[in-house]
Amino acid sequence: MGSRVEILNDGGYRSDGRRQFELRDIAIDLSRHGQADGSAMYTQGLTEVLVTVFGPREAKLRSQTIHNRANINVEVNIAAFSTGERRKRSRGDKRILELGAAIKSTFEPVIQTHLYPRSQIDIFVQVLQQDGGLLSAAINATTLALITAGIPLFDYVCAVSSGVHSTHAMLDLTTLEENDVPHLTVAVMPRTGKITLVTLETRLHSDRFEEVFRIACEAGKVLHEEMRNAIKARTSALARAMGEGHPAGAPSNREGDEDFEMGDD
Amino acid sequence: MEVDDTDGGETSLRSKITSPGESLTSSQAFMRGHGTYVEDDEVIASVAGTVERVNKLITVRPLQTRYNPEVGDLVVGRITEVAARRWKVDANSRQDAVLMLSSVNLPGGVQRRKLESDELQMRTFFEEGDLLVAEVQAFFADGAMSLHTRSLKYGKLRNGQLVTVPPILILRLKSHFYSLPCGVDLILGLNGYIWVSKHVKDNEQEGEEGFDAEAVYSNQNDEIDDATRAAVARVSNVIRVLAAHFVPLNDTVLVEAYEWVVEQEYTVKDLLLREDVADALVSAVATARPDL
Repeated sequence: MGSRVEILNDGGYRSDGRRQFELRDIAIDLSRHGQADGSAMYTQGLTEVLVTVFGPREAKLRSQTIHNRANINVEVNIAAFSTGERRKRSRGDKRILELGAAIKSTFEPVIQTHLYPRSQIDIFVQVLQQDGGLLSAAINATTLALITAGIPLFDYVCAVSSGVHSTHAMLDLTTLEENDVPHLTVAVMPRTGKITLVTLETRLHSDRFEEVFRIACEAGKVLHEEMRNAIKARTSALARAMGEGHPAGAPSNREGDEDFEMGDD
Repeated sequence: MEVDDTDGGETSLRSKITSPGESLTSSQAFMRGHGTYVEDDEVIASVAGTVERVNKLITVRPLQTRYNPEVGDLVVGRITEVAARRWKVDANSRQDAVLMLSSVNLPGGVQRRKLESDELQMRTFFEEGDLLVAEVQAFFADGAMSLHTRSLKYGKLRNGQLVTVPPILILRLKSHFYSLPCGVDLILGLNGYIWVSKHVKDNEQEGEEGFDAEAVYSNQNDEIDDATRAAVARVSNVIRVLAAHFVPLNDTVLVEAYEWVVEQEYTVKDLLLREDVADALVSAVATARPDL
């Protein structure tokens, strides 16, 4: 480890003061966003992603229609100011295309596309800030945006990144940690425990994989609880506004500014 | 969450909120409806919304979603494409609706066969971008809806502006055409598109010989005076404010809200710019709201 920063110090704390299995603060904002059918702003630590969903609607191009199910179109845009180093990425950037393709393949088995033949569901991912866990934040935000758009899903998709420092597994890595330790992103459907996505871009010892993978699956279930609370709060605020005289929840419904800690076994 | 079969918990069920992946009940005893799916003998919700039960049928109604058409619904739409013998219409649904040339009123008599010349001059009836009011006539095999404008009430829209709201806020009513006392006509499309326009006198609308193609397919706005323009803008802003606060809309609510705004002497733009005015408006109409 030729790193100047200590990834995990002797006291068991990470560089930002978290424990091994501690997730960063999560904030979810589900207020309506312009003309979008559904939208979600998801913040996890310093990573911030805004996802807007349009549809199901008529496909813009006839060639994109599929006769027996809906087509899912994912477009990712990473703001030039989202990283420490200002960097403009073009839309055709391979990295961005890969991110979009990963999100698309994660959601294809989860969205009930067969209910909407010849339609298209557009998912626009806007990355506002990034500090590690970009793919997992984008997936969580997309799940929330799809639910607010009223699009039928088999289940939530909850994603989290996890890595391993020598023999210690860690959850929810920051950019600093991602640069130093092998890490993977896991997206889990919490009800059945099915996995819709696992990506590993670094080299990880096969003996360590199982532990890291298992801990990420568990963390996904914790995230699920938080996402569900945000959705329920939003849904009941709207239901109440429709049913009674109360004004609906004010435009911003920030929920769940809480820390979580997973027991260090 | 379990749906109890024995108690008459119709009301308690109504307010139950669920979200995707949550088990509602056993599929042995109940039937699955919209917004649910069955896995391992369980009925599971697939959308976030309120759980509703009709006898043995369990459905989940999402609060924000696209328009789900039914035959007979009144919709407001916008032409997106002129195709062979049909128009494509954006009606806030999951696919563009279809308006066949054979389901519009053609000039020179309400009932006549369409001719080749009609096909060639389709753009003189409706062009891309035109707004129209129509009724859902039928569905195609893939779920797309077919519209018709074969009534004097339906056709091209002029003299006003379009406001879009979530479709769930428009309730099915006896009539969706309203004339407000402030000289504004209102068409509440069930797809969440609302047309707010200058009032047109009934006899002008009908025409004496039944059908005046020139007037029905005209692209020219009538003369609209400043007072009417202000009234149209005020009604539109009232609708926007109420929709932002998720208040179900009907004519009594809108009349009440309009009168309240005039009484309080707020300007048209105060409604959108000042949040305190918007909140006060929503509480002011709370009494006039329809029962759900």
